Amino acid sequence: MNDNMPMVEVKNLDVTFDTGRHRVRALAGVSFAIAPGESFGLVGESGSGKTTVLRVLAGLIRQWNGGITVAGKPLTPDRDKDAKRAIQMVFQDPYGSLHPKHTVDRILAEPLQIHGIGDIENRMKDTLEQVQLGAAFRFRYPHQLSGGQRQRVAIARALILRPKLLLLDEPTSALDVSIQAEVLNLLAKLRHELDLTYILVSHDLAVVAQLCHRLAIMRTGEIVETADSEKLAKGELTHPYSRQLLTASKGFDRAAIAAFTDL
Amino acid sequence: MTQPILEVEKLNIRFHSASGTNHVVRDVSFTLGREKLAIVGESGSGKSQTARAILGLTPGQVSAQKLAFDGQSLLGLSNAEWRKIRGRRITMVMQDPKYSLNPVMRIGDQLLEAAARKGSRAALKTRALEMLQAVKIRDPERVFRAFPHELSGGMGQRVMIAMMLVTEPELLIADEPTSALDVTVRLQVLAILDDLVKTRDMGLIFISHDLNLVSTFCDRVLVMYAGQILEELDAKHLQDAKHPYTRGLLACTPNLENPVAVLPTLQRDPSWMAPVDR
Ligand SMILES: Nc1ncnc2c1ncn2[C@@H]1O[C@H](COP(=O)(O)OP(=O)(O)OP(=O)(O)O)[C@@H](O)[C@H]1O
Ligand SMILES: Nc1ncnc2c1ncn2[C@@H]1O[C@H](COP(=O)(O)OP(=O)(O)OP(=O)(O)O)[C@@H](O)[C@H]1O
Ligand SMILES: [Mg+2]
Ligand SMILES: [Mg+2]
Repeated sequence: MNDNMPMVEVKNLDVTFDTGRHRVRALAGVSFAIAPGESFGLVGESGSGKTTVLRVLAGLIRQWNGGITVAGKPLTPDRDKDAKRAIQMVFQDPYGSLHPKHTVDRILAEPLQIHGIGDIENRMKDTLEQVQLGAAFRFRYPHQLSGGQRQRVAIARALILRPKLLLLDEPTSALDVSIQAEVLNLLAKLRHELDLTYILVSHDLAVVAQLCHRLAIMRTGEIVETADSEKLAKGELTHPYSRQLLTASKGFDRAAIAAFTDL
Repeated sequence: MTQPILEVEKLNIRFHSASGTNHVVRDVSFTLGREKLAIVGESGSGKSQTARAILGLTPGQVSAQKLAFDGQSLLGLSNAEWRKIRGRRITMVMQDPKYSLNPVMRIGDQLLEAAARKGSRAALKTRALEMLQAVKIRDPERVFRAFPHELSGGMGQRVMIAMMLVTEPELLIADEPTSALDVTVRLQVLAILDDLVKTRDMGLIFISHDLNLVSTFCDRVLVMYAGQILEELDAKHLQDAKHPYTRGLLACTPNLENPVAVLPTLQRDPSWMAPVDR
């Protein structure tokens, strides 16, 4: 892979959900490129299509139009096992995403079995170490773990397949600030050590500034602005919707809210 | 002072199991007027269990010297008495919207069920659509007919809030009600709650991990640690908290303008636990 080749390139991605009763155009021509080792943030309106972008990349939505390449190879709706393995997702809902009746051991073994990978014992040990969970956690059930521990199991489940690209859908929004800090520190360290590329969805601009190099701001199925995190930290975003997000991030303020418009 | 909406005195919650007793809420006392009261604290500190106990919904063993709503004791109510209060005079927005919504029932039917008391179906539907609009759902008609799995995370959370709005409660307990919303919609939804407190004299208990939001939105803040209230603060003075635990929580919060290489994490101190008299 040459140095200039993006890890992910998405061109004019379009997704429409058809439920029989309604057609919803969830993505309307989304384009972005992410370099290898980069951490890219997706923020924006609730319902704007952030999770949909991740689900397309993870292969969970098969009906889409547009062009996607990962490490130079076109991604097709019917991708092979290796392509699937290279992209892993940590889901928005930390309570629902782990099977309540499976132990951590079983939760981590399952993806290895699905992908026919034999080295289960060693991989399990390494991965638990990476997310800083001791071997004692292997035989616990999700309800016996704290929120932060559960989220670390979800991250471990994604890492155990040794992916190149990790899709993180609001990985810390259900966590308290102390556990959030632990998870953010861990993600930063892992990206470095394992040479990972991240796409992080978050509503918290400070979390994005903390973990990401660049970000895109979405509204109604479109990207309205792409910027460096430095611009974000300095409050130098330019699109009116982005500016409204910056204002809203400062906290509750009736005067500011009254001035919000539907941009 | 007028009659408080809620009085809680020495609330204790215990979970008993084969391996022993877990005392998860310890001597918690507070009163609530027509105001916005925040409960903050780390995960597992007892925020949700305290909230659930008020509604008689914790699976744990509850004891209290006093637990009263609008002067009426909530201890030992019959099921029939609870039905007059729960989801009518006191409503709770739960932490996990996806679990609180029925996955096989259309959103509209769930909204109508929550409002199930006054008016014709047509009038109730109009009201439900208004509530979806109030929480900034872009296409209320579609969402009204949708099933929960067709909604994004934040849309599900807004449906939960709309459902609360149609019940018009006197006391609202909101457990992380806006964690899945973008910051703009979040503030717009909070403005609705603010109006209910100011114009309809509703009392609000607001559970959140977002200290900055709480300090700008609420009137008072209770800080919980290991089942106890460590300190109570004026919301606008939260940033000046003295207790090392509260200071620790503030320090862990990432700051947009000054990102740091490694975020501080909380260093807990056993001496923060006060002894509890039995
Ligand atoms: N399975 C589905 N069937 C029908 N519509 C869907 C489905 N999944 C998503 N949608 C719709 O697609 C749009 C985008 O949803 P998506 O989950 O990508 O939003 P999001 O940006 O992640 O929002 P949030 O921040 O609230 O999680 C929404 O209007 C949603 O209702
Ligand atoms: N059904 C149960 N059986 C035993 N213990 C329980 C049960 N439900 C909750 N607990 C324990 O009670 C304590 C308080 O839980 P609670 O849900 O009130 O925490 P919280 O402050 O709301 O945390 P979070 O911020 O993670 O939601 C925790 O230690 C939890 O493990
Ligand atoms: Mg989402
Ligand atoms: Mg809780």
